Amino acid sequence: MGRLFAVEIVYRGIFQKNLAKNISRGIALAAKHDGKVGISFGRYGDSPERNGIPAKNFAIVATDDETLQEGMAKYEPKEVDISISVDDTLCKGVESWAWYGLQPINRLLKPGGTLIVTTMHGADAIITMCHRKEFPYQLALLTSIPSFSGLWVYKDDHTDVRLLGAIAKVLPDLFSLTSVEKAIREEWHDELKVKSAQKAYERISTRVVSPAEGNPEKPYEFELPKWYELREGLAIPSIPAGKAMADPTTQQTGGFRPDRNPTFKKYATRTMRPVVDFDTCVKCTLCWLQCPDSCFDVTPDAFYDANMEACCGCGVCEAVCPVTNCITMVNETAFADNASQWEMWKKDKTGYQTWLQEKIQHKPERSHGFRIRGQYEQQIDTMVKDGIVDTGTSGETITEKVVTDVGEASAGG
Amino acid sequence: MAKVVEKAQQEKEALISGSEAIAVACKLADVDVITAYPIRPYDTVMQYVAKLVANGELDCEYIVAESEHSQFEIVKHASAAGARVFCGSSGVGWMYAFEALTVTPALRIPMVAMVGNRALDDPGAFGVEHNDALAVRDLGWQLVWVDNAQEALDTALIAYRVAEDRRVFLPCAIACDGAFLTHSQALTKIPPQEWVDAFLPPYNRGDLLLHPDNPITVAPQVNEDWLMELRKHNDEAMKRSKNAVIPEAYRDFERIFNRSYGNPFFEEYQTEGADIVLVGMGTLSMPVKVAIRQMRKEGKKVGFVRLRWFRPFPAEDLAETLGRFKAVGVIDRDYSFGSPHFSGVLATEVRAALYPAAKRPPVVGFICGLGGREVTVPDVRRMSEMVFKAAGGEPQPLITWIGIRE
Repeated sequence: MGRLFAVEIVYRGIFQKNLAKNISRGIALAAKHDGKVGISFGRYGDSPERNGIPAKNFAIVATDDETLQEGMAKYEPKEVDISISVDDTLCKGVESWAWYGLQPINRLLKPGGTLIVTTMHGADAIITMCHRKEFPYQLALLTSIPSFSGLWVYKDDHTDVRLLGAIAKVLPDLFSLTSVEKAIREEWHDELKVKSAQKAYERISTRVVSPAEGNPEKPYEFELPKWYELREGLAIPSIPAGKAMADPTTQQTGGFRPDRNPTFKKYATRTMRPVVDFDTCVKCTLCWLQCPDSCFDVTPDAFYDANMEACCGCGVCEAVCPVTNCITMVNETAFADNASQWEMWKKDKTGYQTWLQEKIQHKPERSHGFRIRGQYEQQIDTMVKDGIVDTGTSGETITEKVVTDVGEASAGG
Repeated sequence: MAKVVEKAQQEKEALISGSEAIAVACKLADVDVITAYPIRPYDTVMQYVAKLVANGELDCEYIVAESEHSQFEIVKHASAAGARVFCGSSGVGWMYAFEALTVTPALRIPMVAMVGNRALDDPGAFGVEHNDALAVRDLGWQLVWVDNAQEALDTALIAYRVAEDRRVFLPCAIACDGAFLTHSQALTKIPPQEWVDAFLPPYNRGDLLLHPDNPITVAPQVNEDWLMELRKHNDEAMKRSKNAVIPEAYRDFERIFNRSYGNPFFEEYQTEGADIVLVGMGTLSMPVKVAIRQMRKEGKKVGFVRLRWFRPFPAEDLAETLGRFKAVGVIDRDYSFGSPHFSGVLATEVRAALYPAAKRPPVVGFICGLGGREVTVPDVRRMSEMVFKAAGGEPQPLITWIGIRE
């Protein structure tokens, strides 16, 4: 038997669907130029048409056809040489749309495998987000904002080919940079993209993450029931209605905390979270009323506390809040846990204001797609200025190469 | 059933069609919700139900839907909310409801439906073929064929008893041959209400009931981690229906109604000492029985096995019975284009049932009576002759179309 390689690309549903597809296709194509055979596929059980939902693409490459079959005989790889996270907030863990529990971003990595993350943060910030792993692995960072290369519109920022260049560096056995260049010319006919891949190849560096580093929390999980433990027709009991909650300072009970599904929490969908200024809140109820996930707990003193075990980060609360700067959506990378903001505020109101103002500094570069018209062009300009991506020899830039690719038609549902 | 039955009560005799017999069963079963959408021959039952409602004899929600799909969806939901329901259709109407038909057993809804067997379009045709009802054979529907109005009435009551048993909770379709059964009236005994009440307990959906006091979610979207377990659930329910619930229901029926159907799953007619048997479903039993009596007088030892329950299929029982004979002829009032040996559905199932059996007589298949064409006594004699030849060691074609112009 020859050698089998597996790479997973973890991405945000709909916003990065085509990006993930381009990367896994690019891997299979570059491997071909390296004399190998490979396949590219999306994880069928995912639901990548849903906003922000973590989803996966896989590329499997082998040195020969029979070895490739060993990989294709599985629904999906059980272990991978490389995990790619194309949105750094995914490093907090991945819960697909169905009942899987929360899976660490590095869960499938083989010993010595490499996690590649596109991020503007440094290694320490990323490692803090990732769950600890029982053996050492490599971390490689590719400087980048989360690329928005979704289902309907593909705004090219070269993230796809930059990752191919990075792979050639961290796992040269898979394919060489020369093979990547050939694949790019064949697939995209774009010398600027070749240049971006070369640059990523030159710049990418890795560091070892030891088992002592990372988030020590055990991600939530559950046992799948036996068939005879299920009710007929998969009738499942409703979530109980919920109950009053306690004030941590006065022990006064009151308000209402709805019970929530213990096996499907959905918060891995979140890329931003609301931070609430309880000092300016007028208790108008709009955030609580409009939240599509019923994530707000009603506190005994009638405030509305966004419960981070239930918040998907949609931003509706920020949009409907009538008080200026009372609710602010902040990038998820600024937070280390899902703790209650209201409890923090009750215990130390001055300290909370300091915390709040510090967090608001982390207002997002970009999340959930583009927030203003022309944002893509602005960001490409910044990336060129910062030297993240290149201009062409005649001064041409990526923005002149915007491609529209509606991608695969999807039935959704 | 511990209930004491008042035997002094008498059955009343009425001249009614197979469809009307099922409508009467709906009344006796005190069905709560009935939906309807007209298509021949099922629409006769719809007319009789409407009449019972209009006459104040049946108190139920009677909803004429805008299509068969809605018709079946409405009763599916009503059943989930605890109502005893009845529904039905024919031919392409049944097919138009197909999505609703697939989700009904999957949701463990004990719906009872009548299929007035009708040829599938095109061309438009009213006559009987069994392909409409057979289309749901793999989905978790229980399927039973009856051949006269009395059996239609009795089997409808048994169908409620079986379907609504918590060990089963699967829908049951009673297949009635268009015209021969749905449209012909025969003297039928109508049992007193007290007997029916003693036989048929109220529908109790238990913790699967959709009700504000029992908040549940039914059948959420699932992925590959869940579905196989649910299929296994339904598989076991179908096994319990076959091995326990159907036999129990027929035993109780005989005790309370004083009418015996013998083996619940199939009727044996003049099989004693027979060399060969014919196997079929539905009203073709009439010409078959007439032909058998003729042939018996001539000293030809031929019998008939009329299968009632096609799902669950009594494979072991049937194989053991058929193993007693030298050859078996299976008459299909259906087709299965491109199936093994280009046979009918029943012949294929019978062959599959026989394969692991100790004794495997040759099976000669026949396609006959399609589109409501008459199955004649000479047809039956001709088929029997071929089966006799097979019994004598003279190989016969695996499938022959009988009664076709050629």
